[in-house]
Amino acid sequence: MQLHEYQAKDIFKKFEIVVPEGRVAFSSVECKEYFELLAKKCVIKAQIHAGGRGKAGGIKLVTSPQEAEDAGSQMLGSNLNTFQSAGGEFPINKIYIEEALNVTNELYLAITMDFEMKCPVVILSTEGGMNIEEVAEKFPKKIIKLFVDPLIGLSPYKVRKLCSMLNMGKKLDEQLSSTIFKAYSIFDSLDCSLVEINPLAVVEKESIVALDAKITIEDDSMFRHKDLAKLFDESQMNETELNALKNDLSYIKLFEGQIGCMVNGAGLAMATMDITMKAGMAPANFLDVGGSASEDKIKEAYRIICSDKDVRLILVNLFGGILRCDVAAKGIVDGHKETRKKTPMIVVLRGTNSDEAKTILQNSDLDITFARDLPDAANMIQQKLGN
Amino acid sequence: MSILNNDSNKVLIQGLGRDGSFQTEKCIQFGTQVVSGVHPTRAGKTFGEGVPIFGSVEEAVKATSPDIGLIFVPAPFALDAIVEQIDSDIRTVVCITEGIPVSDMVKVNQYLKDKKTRLIGPNCPGYIIPEKNVKVGIIPNDIVSSGEVGVVSRSGTLTYEAIVQLTKLGIGQSACVGIGGDPIHGTTFVDVLEMFEKDKNTRAIVMIGEIGGTNEQIAANKIKDEISKPVVACIVGQTAPQGKRMGHAGAIVTGKSALASEKIEALKNAGVTIADSPTEIGLKVHNLLK
Repeated sequence: MQLHEYQAKDIFKKFEIVVPEGRVAFSSVECKEYFELLAKKCVIKAQIHAGGRGKAGGIKLVTSPQEAEDAGSQMLGSNLNTFQSAGGEFPINKIYIEEALNVTNELYLAITMDFEMKCPVVILSTEGGMNIEEVAEKFPKKIIKLFVDPLIGLSPYKVRKLCSMLNMGKKLDEQLSSTIFKAYSIFDSLDCSLVEINPLAVVEKESIVALDAKITIEDDSMFRHKDLAKLFDESQMNETELNALKNDLSYIKLFEGQIGCMVNGAGLAMATMDITMKAGMAPANFLDVGGSASEDKIKEAYRIICSDKDVRLILVNLFGGILRCDVAAKGIVDGHKETRKKTPMIVVLRGTNSDEAKTILQNSDLDITFARDLPDAANMIQQKLGN
Repeated sequence: MSILNNDSNKVLIQGLGRDGSFQTEKCIQFGTQVVSGVHPTRAGKTFGEGVPIFGSVEEAVKATSPDIGLIFVPAPFALDAIVEQIDSDIRTVVCITEGIPVSDMVKVNQYLKDKKTRLIGPNCPGYIIPEKNVKVGIIPNDIVSSGEVGVVSRSGTLTYEAIVQLTKLGIGQSACVGIGGDPIHGTTFVDVLEMFEKDKNTRAIVMIGEIGGTNEQIAANKIKDEISKPVVACIVGQTAPQGKRMGHAGAIVTGKSALASEKIEALKNAGVTIADSPTEIGLKVHNLLK
């Protein structure tokens, strides 16, 4: 679960990481009011669930109440798409306005999981700011990494050594190391997949302040953090994705595709997408209905695929294991009763109760062609495409 | 001899909910010797045809000496179940559970070092050895056949797809191992490749990978240096989009290596036969064994 910057900064404050003074504004008038309360120079920042805001025009420096109001009215109600948003757009309905500080230099600090090393990693660089990925690619030596033993936690001596490598002087070293510890305790206690501060600024050569804040909490650990669930901002997802999420379906809309896919298991879902592409037609979505899908869940999955106007053909590929194919078939028939859409379907059913499932589908008035297996389904897509 | 060969193939089951019970039944039908169950509130009772249930793994081990543990418990309790089985020195632990937090798995991974236990999974379908009628997990009974091809995969249902293709072409399997789709998992591609290399019953290997992480590249290096048996690989997710992301740390950690094209390149360089489409896995093996 992603948090907005303002939510992440609230958590930072609780853990005593220094952040600039700031307020959340929901209207341009509020932007103006808060500007007057805060400082002579402020930064107006769009609150969206994607990084890369600076480069996309989602962050503006303002020096008068009028400028603050103008920037606010320009951003609020518009959509932003950044190089990190994978083609999607995010609506801006909240602004974070905060005092602009005199920054001496910008550091980069992040804590995330390193899957290769199988442990958390603290990433630190003196080259913070918008081009950090470029720095990592071109000057890998400017990125320092500290791997953390998951059972021991962050060792103070390692952090001291890490900070001293930056040669910033004793006072800043101490502040930096304390910031790293606080950021790590957020990462650890909230089961985060990411805590990132970019930039972590040296202000007036004497203090370290987190100018930005990104926190992503691992979805699988949300059962331990029910109190944080209310921070989820539904507006940052499109309706279909949100619907899928609420039904515990793993769904990603793909643009310019025509084949709607319904599959169980992420690997088989990706394989199914790959074969539709090889057969000459692009998949319209990724959809994994999961391990033990209920009738309702399948019904919802079917409705989601049907609601996609790009879909010309639906490919259902289910391999019953824990999932029972007959339950899935009933779900599809239920979904069809509600949508009344007769999009042609190619269906591959194997495993648990697949024969019963075929009977159920045959007795419905759906436009179905059964394929024996995946190679067979691939041929059928090509045939349908040829027609 | 086969891979994952323990002194006995006695299995303990932890987690006997709806799915766990149903799947245990299927394991028993396949011929697996299930000797005990563990459930905190059903101790003293039995399940199936008189299999005793104990309150803890320690008691179950004392009474029934299993070599293998199979875990179905829900994600919030999985960390504790895995640690409990490690502490009882169970040789092979298979964890089917999906949705275990990564923050729990990094701890398990560290705890496992220098222990006697081999962990398979989590979020995996387990393994099956057709010749010995041993199934520890959820791979469907009727799709496998006994033979000489070893299958190792990160995926569940896609593994079944590959097995079906092999069986249809008359190609049996020496063993099929699903290592799990989670980023942090116990047994890796490299571990299973090593097992298949040593296994006299295995003539060729099928490896199924996906986008994300760098495990396929690590496997490619292993194959290049140490695996003499022919390998057919398929990497799915070639058409998957690059996801939305927040922040830069992911890109700094993995760079471009998570892409399917990078993995395929690495495997090709290691002399692996690539099935370009998931529909060709069986055929590629067939041509290789001709």
